[in-house]
Amino acid sequence: MKRCLGVAFAACMLVGLLQPGTQVSAQNRATATNVPVIPHEAVPDFFKNPPGIYTGENMGIATNSKGNVYIYHRAYETRLFEYSPQGTFIREIGRNNYGFAFAHSVRVDAQDNIWAVDEGTDMLVKFAPDGRVLMTIGRREDPVRMLANMPGAGTFHGRNEKYKFGRETDVAFDQQGNIFVSDGYFDARVVKYDKNGRFVKAVGTRGNGNLQFNTPHSIATDFQGNVYVGDRGNQRVQVLDNDLNWKANYPNVGNPWAVCVSGGPGPKNPGKQYLYVSNSWPDSAPAAAAEFTGEIYKMELDGTIIGKFGRGGKAVGEFATTHQMDCRDPDVIYTAEINDWRSQKIRLKPAARSGSSTN
Amino acid sequence: MRAILTAAALSVALVQGVALFAQGNVPELAFDANTDVVRTPPNIYLGEVAGVGRTSQGRIFVYTRTGHPYATLGDNRTFYRGGSRLFEFDASGKFVRELGQDVYGFNTAFGLRVDPQDNVWTIDQSASQVVKFDKEGRLLLVLGRKPEAINVRPAAAGAAPSGEEGGGGGRAGGGRAGGAPAPPPGSGIPGSTFSQPTDVAWDRAGNIYIADGVGTTNRIAKFDKDGKFIRQWGSTGSGPGQFNGVKALAIDAQGNVYAADLGNKRIQVFDGDGMFKSQFAGIGVPTALCITSGPTQFLYVSHVGDQSGMDDATIYKVQLDGKVIGHFGSAGKLAKEFGVANSIDCRSENDLLIGEMSNWRVQRVTLRK
Repeated sequence: MKRCLGVAFAACMLVGLLQPGTQVSAQNRATATNVPVIPHEAVPDFFKNPPGIYTGENMGIATNSKGNVYIYHRAYETRLFEYSPQGTFIREIGRNNYGFAFAHSVRVDAQDNIWAVDEGTDMLVKFAPDGRVLMTIGRREDPVRMLANMPGAGTFHGRNEKYKFGRETDVAFDQQGNIFVSDGYFDARVVKYDKNGRFVKAVGTRGNGNLQFNTPHSIATDFQGNVYVGDRGNQRVQVLDNDLNWKANYPNVGNPWAVCVSGGPGPKNPGKQYLYVSNSWPDSAPAAAAEFTGEIYKMELDGTIIGKFGRGGKAVGEFATTHQMDCRDPDVIYTAEINDWRSQKIRLKPAARSGSSTN
Repeated sequence: MRAILTAAALSVALVQGVALFAQGNVPELAFDANTDVVRTPPNIYLGEVAGVGRTSQGRIFVYTRTGHPYATLGDNRTFYRGGSRLFEFDASGKFVRELGQDVYGFNTAFGLRVDPQDNVWTIDQSASQVVKFDKEGRLLLVLGRKPEAINVRPAAAGAAPSGEEGGGGGRAGGGRAGGAPAPPPGSGIPGSTFSQPTDVAWDRAGNIYIADGVGTTNRIAKFDKDGKFIRQWGSTGSGPGQFNGVKALAIDAQGNVYAADLGNKRIQVFDGDGMFKSQFAGIGVPTALCITSGPTQFLYVSHVGDQSGMDDATIYKVQLDGKVIGHFGSAGKLAKEFGVANSIDCRSENDLLIGEMSNWRVQRVTLRK
């Protein structure tokens, strides 16, 4: 703190807060203006754990077609829990399996299979609804060969290998069952596999041009097969077509930690699809950033902003570093939050008139 | 004498030389496959299946990398544990039980074999141990010693593995006479100090042969049935009797020893005393071996061309003279595809169990007659 003397206090505080964590990304004020506010409420105490069952850092959340909710989190170990549509704990899936080391996200596909994205083992694990393993993609590094790299202080490498990830971040599926992976911290790309896990294509290098990424952190598809990538470090959502050609950038909603397209993974339904983007409060919860981060944007698929809700914070209805969202129902948003070790169920109310009060 | 032996071996190699190249068109063998072979209860998961084997009663044992290897922090020795488990299933694939819970040497599963008496042998890469259990899970014999501490930050590439300083175990045992010429590189320490051993096999007398391995040694070590060291052979290189990673072993009814020489992409054949007899190639990168029983024996060899298990793989069926009869399967994740086949059980010639690393499964292969 002594070093703060003579320096602008806020700037110094920010530096101090940023120092302990190496993963803190610079979080920027969103540039969208005159955005109407959507009223929202959080369902209090929605997720109910039995005694002795705790979630840790909630990294991933997803619902299946029956409304059951999966939370992938970092506790004593990385674990995957299933809850009923009423938020009651049902069971654990994947206990102690070889692909769980450090949770990053979870998705449910059109057959209600559960896909866990693990940045510790560099693996995707696909579970059937009953919890059996159906497929894995990526291969955990051989523990013996990894010894030279302990204690795990890796850096960006951009190796761009077909079947190995570099701390991949998220997964999505199109209507044909093709698999899209955002990869990640140590690579900077989007990878496409067919439904049998066979490599199709990868695009992306590190940078800020089109088809370049700076921590592609979250990924979603729409019913047409377009791919929405939360290009977090570049403060934009990058939109690709199904063959991973560049289509558009949505640059005005801050740093997208989490992206979500409503409607679920399929089969295709007539409901209108929306894109949700979270400009999350950074992961060490710096106080100075709370007032201009944490909000979630509701957008048309073409990037037009409809509204926003929430802010950074730990109160009910605020968002304590949203790391993933589920938006199968466009009026019900589930959030997985790192700080406060929680998830929330958010109900969106009909859109407010433009110019209504801020929250 | 040594020079003469080497020359003889070389001439044999030259005669066999043709076989070291591709074996022409290898026919595809028709087969069926089932990937739903063994079923675990909720929250028990197979991970990378390093080893699978069946007993005479058809019981199935699986040694798998699952859960996590842990290294403790803050003590003088960086103790490591966990990461692999041993499961038993009945002949229908129903889960029976776990064996060897929390034993000292289960870290990085590398193989499993069932011997003719139905004992279950596990091979562990980072513990560098081969452990014999009876079929009820009682511990019968331990070969090799787990390094006392894991070398978290190797001092320099190529440095000898650390570990046995406090032990006084096998390292002091074999004893070379003072002043004797240094052994060729990779020939290892006589006795049961292994470096990432890969496989175990037995002759009819019950002698034990260990493939040692893919670490710093390139040798085959022979012990009697009680675990007394008898002899070893092999060193690092590409000549006859030399290896570039000994990945698997199999022994035929005559006691000939077939060794998968991973990096040299060949199978070398020795007699039970380690005398080089022949070699053959055309079997890709040999990763798992199994010899069938019965009057005419065959050798199955899994080829693993890439560690993702998605690009280049198949399994060859080979005559004991090295002629490739055919092959089946390719790389991938579907049924009839193989993701790093690290283990083959061929108790029955046309009914195989394949342990796959990258696909986390046991696959049953039925070759059509």
